[in-house]
Amino acid sequence: MSLIYAFAVAAQMGAGVYLLLSRHVMRILFGVVLLSTAANLLIFVSGGLQFTAPPVIPQGQQMLGEGAANPLPQALILTAIVIGFALVAFAAALVLKAYQSLGSVFTDEQNDAEELGSPFAKKAADNV
Amino acid sequence: MFDTLLLWPVILPLAGAALAAALHAFPAVQRQVALTTMVLTFGASLFLVDAVMEGAILTKAFGGWMPPFGIVFVADRFSAAMVVISSLLALCALVFAMGDLRQRQVRSGFYPLFLGLMIGVNGAFLTGDIFNLYVWFEVMLIATLGLITLDRTRAQIDGAIKYAVLNLFSTILFLMAVGLLYGATGTLNMADLAVVLPQTEPSAALTLTAMMFLLAFGIKAGFFPMFFWLPASYHTASIIVSAVFAGLLTKVGVYALFRVFTLLFEVDNGTLKPLIAVIAAGTMLFGVFGAAIQWDVRRILSFHIISQIGYIMLGLAVATPLALAGAVFYIIHHIVVKANLFFVAGAIHRATGSFDLRKSGGLMKASPLLAVLFAIPALSLAGIPPLSGFWAKFMVVDASFQGEAAWLAAVALFVGLLTIFSMSKIWIEAFWKEHPRAVRARPVPAVMLVPIAALGIITLAIGFNPEPLVAFSNLAAESMGDRTQLIGAFYGGEHTAGVTP
Repeated sequence: MSLIYAFAVAAQMGAGVYLLLSRHVMRILFGVVLLSTAANLLIFVSGGLQFTAPPVIPQGQQMLGEGAANPLPQALILTAIVIGFALVAFAAALVLKAYQSLGSVFTDEQNDAEELGSPFAKKAADNV
Repeated sequence: MFDTLLLWPVILPLAGAALAAALHAFPAVQRQVALTTMVLTFGASLFLVDAVMEGAILTKAFGGWMPPFGIVFVADRFSAAMVVISSLLALCALVFAMGDLRQRQVRSGFYPLFLGLMIGVNGAFLTGDIFNLYVWFEVMLIATLGLITLDRTRAQIDGAIKYAVLNLFSTILFLMAVGLLYGATGTLNMADLAVVLPQTEPSAALTLTAMMFLLAFGIKAGFFPMFFWLPASYHTASIIVSAVFAGLLTKVGVYALFRVFTLLFEVDNGTLKPLIAVIAAGTMLFGVFGAAIQWDVRRILSFHIISQIGYIMLGLAVATPLALAGAVFYIIHHIVVKANLFFVAGAIHRATGSFDLRKSGGLMKASPLLAVLFAIPALSLAGIPPLSGFWAKFMVVDASFQGEAAWLAAVALFVGLLTIFSMSKIWIEAFWKEHPRAVRARPVPAVMLVPIAALGIITLAIGFNPEPLVAFSNLAAESMGDRTQLIGAFYGGEHTAGVTP
């Protein structure tokens, strides 16, 4: 069973890295999204996937019963999802802003930063 | 009393950031809030370093959950020293900002973001839980992304995309490594991991975890094959932001690497040591070569960050206590010197109107004081005695000779030579040369010179009296290299008895 999940993680990672290598910033963004979901799935699998009881402490007891799932990986993933959402939201805004101000979605046409102080520039770029 | 000492360096910036965000409409009040916060944080960090100076390791478990279950904060000499030096640098940056920050940048949220960055940095230095470290890295990343795009110029947006994508990739790798580590050991507390990992069977998962940590922190720290995001983005940010990034961000990656590879994994096993040695040599060489061709002061300095990171990595590559002590010394020296050089770059820009060396000049006559203030960190960076950089280089090079890594020492010395070349390029172009358009240099405000002078004095003080810091680095490296001390701080004496470090 975990072999299937392992291949799922690998497929997601592979697709993510492939998209990350693209020149199109939207594809790069999708690559980051895929990679972060692959990371969440990886934590889930490595935390031990089993068909177990939900991790709820029965009334009147102090500890989890036998055979309850481990709640920690789920807490980790929840944290990672929240953080990942915030960063992807920022990255999406950044990509939009880049398209508006640089006028291109291709990374090889976005080289304003490289031109600062570049020895190859025809005229020395205007510094801010 | 003692255990709350650990919390103030994080709580104070957190409160300050919230307050500064709430006072968004009042820029002047925000500035007061930020300055007060950083003064208090610096004071709190001094108390912290005083408490750990005698060798005690402070721990604090949150919510009454005892380790290994709860999230813990922990401070030994190394982490306390990092908190002190980063708080001091942040304070200097805020003073510098009084002269350099524009209203527009304050309105874009400079103060809350800056304090947010300090929350992340101090949290990363103080946490004792590997997943919590990931969270602090993300806090740092989101604040950093806000700071780097402060002016929203074309160059900044371009730089920010490169920065964001590669750093997101690095934190995702970090998260995956944490997940795999949890799967293999069932714990996330660093002290507990140090107990469990030596008893765990070596497996492919653990090797993969170690490699992923190396890669993730390597991207953050700016190692040789993965450093391209750094010179692509750092020089676009506002100079205050660049200075703080240059001083702190890569060093947090280095700090995390030192923690993981002293506490959790051994450098001293077979393949890892030559790998780190090659990375260190590559980082030193390619950083300095990259700097040689550039004309923008900030880009030259950005490439030099990378080459200096190589020197720090040399400490981990040799991995003797002497080498680790050299690395600790080097980190402290480098935070001070590199941020100072960026401040000087800001002053050059203020005086001549350009960061591009081809378009600046004439500062030697116009502002001899600035020339002296540039010479101190520049010569220190290159390792000219008797400045702090000389002792830092001396310690790591000496350790490499003693650790039978003479070729690393040779690379380090060669790179030092090229560093002088780069620094003299800035010196000749910005200070000696006449200004190309014969413009009179504008005066640099005193609030910009004060932090430069303060950091210069620290450089001189370390240079002329290196002994206290050398002794401190030795002690810090000793407690960093000895796992049993940290484990003992959590579990008391009886738990450590069965553990072979």
